[in-house]
Amino acid sequence: MFRRGWFLPIAAALGFSFLYAPIVSLVIFSFNESRLVTVWSGFSTKWYGELFRDPQMLGAAWLSLQIAALSASIALVLGTLAAVALVRFRRFRGRTLFSGMVSAPLVMPDVITGLALLLLFVAMESFIGWPRGRGMLTIVIAHSTFCMAYVCVVVQSRLSDFDRSLEEAAMDLGASPVRTFFDITLPIIAPALVSGWLLGFTLSLDDLVIASFVSGPGSSTLPMVIFSKVRLGVSPDVNALATIIIGIVATGVLIATIIQLRSKPKKARA
Amino acid sequence: MAKKPQQLAIDTRPWRDTANHRPFVRIKNVTKKFGDVLAVHDVSLDIYRSELFCLLGGSGSGKSTLLRMLAGFEQPTSGTIEIDGQDMTDVAPYNRPVNMMFQSYALFPHMSVEQNIAYGLKRDHLPKGEIADRVAELLSLVKLQDYGRRRPHQLSGGQRQRVALARALAKRPKLLLLDEPLGALDKKLREETQFELVKIQESLGVTFIVVTHDQEEAMTLATRIGVMNQGEIAMIGEPTDIYEFPNSRFVANFIGSANMVEGTVTEDEPGHVRIRSAELGCDIYVGHGVDCAPDQLLWWAIRPEKMALSREKPFTAHDANVTAGIVEEIAYLGDISVYQVALESGKRIRVSQTNSVRGNPDAITWDEKVYITWSDNAGSVLTV
Repeated sequence: MFRRGWFLPIAAALGFSFLYAPIVSLVIFSFNESRLVTVWSGFSTKWYGELFRDPQMLGAAWLSLQIAALSASIALVLGTLAAVALVRFRRFRGRTLFSGMVSAPLVMPDVITGLALLLLFVAMESFIGWPRGRGMLTIVIAHSTFCMAYVCVVVQSRLSDFDRSLEEAAMDLGASPVRTFFDITLPIIAPALVSGWLLGFTLSLDDLVIASFVSGPGSSTLPMVIFSKVRLGVSPDVNALATIIIGIVATGVLIATIIQLRSKPKKARA
Repeated sequence: MAKKPQQLAIDTRPWRDTANHRPFVRIKNVTKKFGDVLAVHDVSLDIYRSELFCLLGGSGSGKSTLLRMLAGFEQPTSGTIEIDGQDMTDVAPYNRPVNMMFQSYALFPHMSVEQNIAYGLKRDHLPKGEIADRVAELLSLVKLQDYGRRRPHQLSGGQRQRVALARALAKRPKLLLLDEPLGALDKKLREETQFELVKIQESLGVTFIVVTHDQEEAMTLATRIGVMNQGEIAMIGEPTDIYEFPNSRFVANFIGSANMVEGTVTEDEPGHVRIRSAELGCDIYVGHGVDCAPDQLLWWAIRPEKMALSREKPFTAHDANVTAGIVEEIAYLGDISVYQVALESGKRIRVSQTNSVRGNPDAITWDEKVYITWSDNAGSVLTV
């Protein structure tokens, strides 16, 4: 009924402009010459230059990248282990409960996750003296926990359509279970691992709320710095920074998607 | 090494002379339960060296479970499995002198054909040169010399099947297990591949155990067939035994097609038996003795091709082995025609006749009254 009409294209256009108009305007205004954010006075890249001369921004960006890389890696290992356990040990009691619990952090409000982690860190410090204070370490731990949930979901879906007889074939040919995991299982689920890692990386880079709860003095991540700057009034260099972040995140998500898509049809045919 | 004709009778049928031959694979009272489900129930089976043994059965008959226990992927709940005199019951799959060809082929998608075939050899830490030689040898065995560098997804179904076979043979296993090896191929290719498989098996002398649900495949490939039903072995025998001398109603119905009628014993002599069958509307005279009692209820099964149709009532001795009916259906299959004849009792009998005359204008046709006859030993008397 709608196939030939104008309805679908218009609906799509409206939907997408609703989603992306703010981002596009932000990107455009990052090239604004004027100091006033809302007044266009000509094209310029000077705010990008300004940005790279701001040590606070650069420091925060570096910290954020380190945290993102570290927590994505930790989450990758833990999430993969959880996924293997959940998919492989099919018949253990309470499996459904466990797999629900693994994905619960996906829907948990960040405020609650952040608060809970903060309380935990404070309690741990007073009882066992670790982690001492709050800073990069606590942010990494916090980010690892919620990124792990994402990794686990991605790897789980890959593992569940994994043909078990591939592993049996390897064992049949004389490979021990450990050998089989590294020779067969790992290369085949590698695309899911890469996209899980990238997902974790971008999520960690984005996070403001949880990081605000568990960070300490001198360890402000990039989103935290931006947020505090914006509260004092939007300056054009924030637009420039936001544009760069959008670029990084979009690239990450894009690569993750491409890797996932590419690996699927191949597997179906083999 | 080709079979020499004079060795045929002795060497290739060791199961006929069990006193002088030690079984190569001994499955003793093996039972496998999955939770409360009995997948394999008290199966005992001896398989001899260089046999091509087929496990034949429908889905859920336990044939695949039995194969997986031989490979070591499943542990028997009870019973033992011996291969070449060694107890393998608790040996891990990667330590068994057994290789398996999987139904899905299970080729490693991220490795080339060569790497797939070499995988098992690398696990044995053979020197590189030897691995390369062996891979080349296997590729030529399965006629895939030019495909070594391809990935599995670049091959056709038949080529993948041959790669899977080459990979399974690479380690020169004493015993090769094949799970529906031809199941994924189309009919034409399957027929060609069957003979190739037999040829490879005979030239290498490896013992093959093949699981299949396709009775034609089992008949073509096997030296012996084990028919499985509901986790148990229903019958073990050479293809001709299974087809011509089924031991039960299940086997008679499962293999090929059979007409089955009920009857009671009226004469029970050492040299012959007479069975009265109301369903058939006549007496059945069986030309050999049967282990039964007078008045015992039993079944008589006969293959469609073992009977003859005629318009005139033929003469038969003993006033038996002939009945009459009306032709209801004819299935023309080219080489043969299958006639479905309705008897007076309402029982329907299928009779097949060879179409030896080209376009026979005088062929028996629909709604004709016909007589069906058979010889004294054409059918099987079944008590179970």
